[in-house]
Amino acid sequence: MSDTTLPPVASSADTTPSEKRKTSLYRTDALTRKRNAAEARFKAYGITAIVIGLFFLVVLASSIILEGIPAFTRTIVQVEFTITEDQFEAAEQELFKTRAYEGFFIASLEEQLRQKGIDAPFDSDAIERLVGKTGGTIREFFRENQDLLGQPVAFELAASSRVDGYMNGRITRESIVDSRFLMKSDLYIVDALVEAGVIRNAFNWNFITGADSGVDNPGGAGIGASVVGSFFMMLVVLFLSLPIGVAASIYLEEFAPQNRITDLIEVNISNLAAVPSIVFGILGLAVFIQFMHLPQSAPLVGGLVLTLMTLPTIIISTRAALKAVPPSIRDAALGVGASKMQAVFHHVLPLAMPGILTGTIIGLAQALGETAPLLLIGMVGFVARGYPEGLIEGFTDPNSAMPAQIYTWAARADFAFYEKAWGGIIVLLVFLLAMNILAIVLRRRFERRW
Amino acid sequence: MPLFWLVLIVLAIASAGYVLGRSRALASAGGDRSILHSLPSYYGANAALKSAVPAFLLMIAWLLAQPFFIDNQISGMIPEATIDESSSLGLVMAEVRRTAEGLDNAVAEGSMSEEFARNARADIVDITQRLKDAGQIVTSDITQPVMRAAQRYRVLSAAGGFYMTLVVLATAVAGALWGIREATAGFRARNVVEQGVLAILVAAASIAILTTIGIVLSLVFNTAEFFGLYPAFDFFTGLTWAPSFSGRGGSSELGIIPLLWGTFYISIVALAVAVPIGLFAAIYLAEYAGPKIRAIAKPLLEVLAGIPTIVYGLFALLTVGPLLVSVFGDDGLGVMQAGTAVMTAGLVMGIMLIPFVSSLSDDIINAVPQAMRDGSYGLGATKSETVKQVILPAALPGIVGAILLAASRAIGETMIVVLGAGAAARLSLNPFEAMTTVTAKIVSQLTGDADFASPEALVAFALGMTLFVVTLGLNIVALYIVRKYREQYD
Repeated sequence: MSDTTLPPVASSADTTPSEKRKTSLYRTDALTRKRNAAEARFKAYGITAIVIGLFFLVVLASSIILEGIPAFTRTIVQVEFTITEDQFEAAEQELFKTRAYEGFFIASLEEQLRQKGIDAPFDSDAIERLVGKTGGTIREFFRENQDLLGQPVAFELAASSRVDGYMNGRITRESIVDSRFLMKSDLYIVDALVEAGVIRNAFNWNFITGADSGVDNPGGAGIGASVVGSFFMMLVVLFLSLPIGVAASIYLEEFAPQNRITDLIEVNISNLAAVPSIVFGILGLAVFIQFMHLPQSAPLVGGLVLTLMTLPTIIISTRAALKAVPPSIRDAALGVGASKMQAVFHHVLPLAMPGILTGTIIGLAQALGETAPLLLIGMVGFVARGYPEGLIEGFTDPNSAMPAQIYTWAARADFAFYEKAWGGIIVLLVFLLAMNILAIVLRRRFERRW
Repeated sequence: MPLFWLVLIVLAIASAGYVLGRSRALASAGGDRSILHSLPSYYGANAALKSAVPAFLLMIAWLLAQPFFIDNQISGMIPEATIDESSSLGLVMAEVRRTAEGLDNAVAEGSMSEEFARNARADIVDITQRLKDAGQIVTSDITQPVMRAAQRYRVLSAAGGFYMTLVVLATAVAGALWGIREATAGFRARNVVEQGVLAILVAAASIAILTTIGIVLSLVFNTAEFFGLYPAFDFFTGLTWAPSFSGRGGSSELGIIPLLWGTFYISIVALAVAVPIGLFAAIYLAEYAGPKIRAIAKPLLEVLAGIPTIVYGLFALLTVGPLLVSVFGDDGLGVMQAGTAVMTAGLVMGIMLIPFVSSLSDDIINAVPQAMRDGSYGLGATKSETVKQVILPAALPGIVGAILLAASRAIGETMIVVLGAGAAARLSLNPFEAMTTVTAKIVSQLTGDADFASPEALVAFALGMTLFVVTLGLNIVALYIVRKYREQYD
């Protein structure tokens, strides 16, 4: 290495030629550059990994929201018209009564379009494809509310699921194939009606409050009944797993002697926490249904299975909460003459309660999203046909739960059910979010640092 | 539901015992609490515990034992000759129970009087017809012995329920009286109650053991029954999975190898996604990220772990599957036929496992003592060199444990594979083909089928047994490694 290649500062610092330096703090040599590059690469891998993880989260969240929102709206056809008493009498005299009412509907629809100055010719078949048989609904209404005859009445009729799909963009003019359900020409009518304000989107309350419909009626499917099923299941889980979990944790944390049996219990709990959930389903099927003959598909059985599944989670978090209470509390209680049991129940447990509740809520949230064991004990979606009649029936009558209902919809062949499944996921996630926020608030509000 | 009322009545007796025990203790001390050995409430609690706990234990034991007793009685009534070649005693007993239930429902609906349902001389055709009219699902031909057995079954269950109510209530009252009698000033009530509470705590803790025993027993018995119908050797070595539901067994081929292969393949794909991403994320979070980034990125990643698996299943079926088809399908590379494939399920499962790997590895990397990092930096190593040459080797056992835990998760995962992996069991190397797993087949063999006597349904228990043994083995090894590693640096 010649002197000329050295930077001037370095060479001036060197007083004697024998102390020639090969490297310098001011100039990075090839090896350092390589090491620094490796360092930068390595850091970039880490950032990439995090970004990928977060990217998946964003994709997941956005696809849930984008696909699920349409489930909460439905397309309705709103027509306002008046039937006089004479018209009613005349229609009731006719042979095809519903057809006469359909005539009123079509006439008033044409009238509304004419007022708005929109020209879209249609026949009764097209209307039937768009809104189904309207005559029956209208006749039923006027027969029951005869006092409304002669007054203008606004009808809101649910459009068929294909029209729904067109409004949501699931069916496009290009993709549609003419069928007896919907013709290409119908879409022009739909457009005209939308322009006239006759067809519009409304919030789909039926999705929130309704029960599962048949395989052929995606429009009428609702998640309400299975929300109730999940609710009863969570009641069982809460009232069994909280006391049992707390009792078990208190024993293990405060009273258990260090011996083989305690070890066995602890190993058991940590192993149970990692047993696949479907195995708990098999346990429920074999023990609760096959062996004890409890009713199939009942939220009670589902709750029992989920209780066994959540217990390890609750025990682990409760033990952590008990451990966090400093020993000085126990010592002080024992010092003023409390028995060990009194020290634990009067002093340690109340102080650990926020932590225990947080852990319990998180355990419940886990149980709420669990699907596989419920399928095995028969809580599949199509049994959720209605609300239970009473409190006890809520536990014992066949019902489904939210995740199982979503699974049933996802497994159906009709594409319209997929939208319902995504919508169901939004409902499920809203519940989970609420529970988790409650847990965080509890922790923030009541957690004590010692 | 009389059971519900029975529970309420027992609780009422226990509360009455509490009030009476407490007041009797106070009365025995002449109203002066300081004479009592324990606080007055302990005398009450003593009475309440003595009344409620034995009564409930008795009730549970009775409810468990009664079906056995009745089954024993009934199965004696069914002559050997009436059991078909293709059928078994278990099937006939199931039919008896179904018929009895049908009779119950018919009586409850009012389409049949109680006397008629009990009438042993009733015409079999008439009673069957009435059952069908009442909308009860009954097999087409109920034989005379089955109907007699069903009637006897109802009588026995009703009698059992009646005697249970009597005995449980008697126990509760007797316990309460005993507790109240003991409530005198000198009685060491607190010690007795605390002993009782401790026993309850021990019982709660041993539920974990009972659950494990329950899992093992329910798997073992049903698996043994399955191996009675289908040779174990064929099950473990069969290369075809083709259950038939048309006939009763015989033509079914139930080999587990294709299912194990599917499970294994999907898990490998999932781990190939989750391990690099999770590990690098953990390294970044533990070694590079500042407290601010850590406070945001770590909980966000952990959100992925809190999302229910059904959501991932739907995501696989409806978002990832079609996306992969558009790239690898006939319009693209032409290697993928349908959205459900090993790749779809594996990819989505990998996403689910990212936070699992990253959180565990993060903890483990953080547990490596700071002195080791400082030593490495002191020698002039860069951060990445420290990570690669000091921290990772030191944390390796723990990370292996974390990966094993993730693998056991992947093997036991159900909803993602049920929705995302397809239903066809095949042995293939192409990751874009549909395959199926052990868990998916457990669901499909058991869902909606209440008949546990056919090998096609019972095979699910053998599959469950295999799954349980594999995941338990992985968990034990992983927990052992993690625990051993923790001790090393504690």
